[in-house]
Amino acid sequence: MSSDGIRKREEKSGNSALVKRADLLLFFAVIIVGAVIFLVYRLSLSQGKIVRVSVDGEVLCELPLEEDVTREFGTPYGTNTIVIKDGEASVKEADCPDKICVKHKAVSMFGETIICLPHKLVVEVAE
Amino acid sequence: MKKSSRAAYVGVFAALAIVLSYLESLIPVFVAVPGVKLGLTNAVIVVILYKIGAREAFLVNIVRIAVTGLLFGNPVMFIYSLCGGMVSYAVMFALKKSKLFSVAGVSVAGAVSHNLAQVSLACFLLENGSIAYYMAVLLITGAVSGFMIGLLSVYLIKNVHFK
Repeated sequence: MSSDGIRKREEKSGNSALVKRADLLLFFAVIIVGAVIFLVYRLSLSQGKIVRVSVDGEVLCELPLEEDVTREFGTPYGTNTIVIKDGEASVKEADCPDKICVKHKAVSMFGETIICLPHKLVVEVAE
Repeated sequence: MKKSSRAAYVGVFAALAIVLSYLESLIPVFVAVPGVKLGLTNAVIVVILYKIGAREAFLVNIVRIAVTGLLFGNPVMFIYSLCGGMVSYAVMFALKKSKLFSVAGVSVAGAVSHNLAQVSLACFLLENGSIAYYMAVLLITGAVSGFMIGLLSVYLIKNVHFK
């Protein structure tokens, strides 16, 4: 019954198309805008020199990417352990609920960031 | 629809939305960008918006954000959730009124505006401008998940009947 029943109901409501053309246009427009932003971002990348760690918009310290170092940052929100190795910075450990910062790939290009929203922590590669 | 059944539906759907919010937080996301998620809760909001009414959808949204914020979140996540929820509600409400799009388009706009609101808030709170990467990822994932959730909502709107 079901497909028949659905068809009848659709006919009754006078709208047999599940998706309007405008819906698809909106969908593809958003995808294209996203892709363009991503491409522009990728093309503008260049190797960074330092890593700037800030919490709540306040810069805590700047670490050179050349030196391998492991540093723990304790803030009122929680702790994140930042590791610099082979010219790349990553968050190795954190006690935040979502662990998104830990899963984030290592960063080394100018402008790349790792953001830990629960701890308001931003790791940003700068020149 | 009677006033009392409207109130009952708000309660039932708020509970459903809260459970879905929690379920969603258990699903691992493989993209390391905050804010990427399925958006199952939005299907609830969309269905109510179309089947019951705008006021009820708003109430369910507010209750859902307040309760999940208290139960599973911290104050920071609560602010993000509130900002995303309110902006996406406003956008979906306006687009539904405009009749330019059907359910799928409204859902896409809701998901994308939710993500854009949260990225903008992050930009403002973290005072950090270099988040083009997050913006791009959230636009694309928002459009895809919004579209899927939109199709799910169309199916629900057509097949779930309210008394």
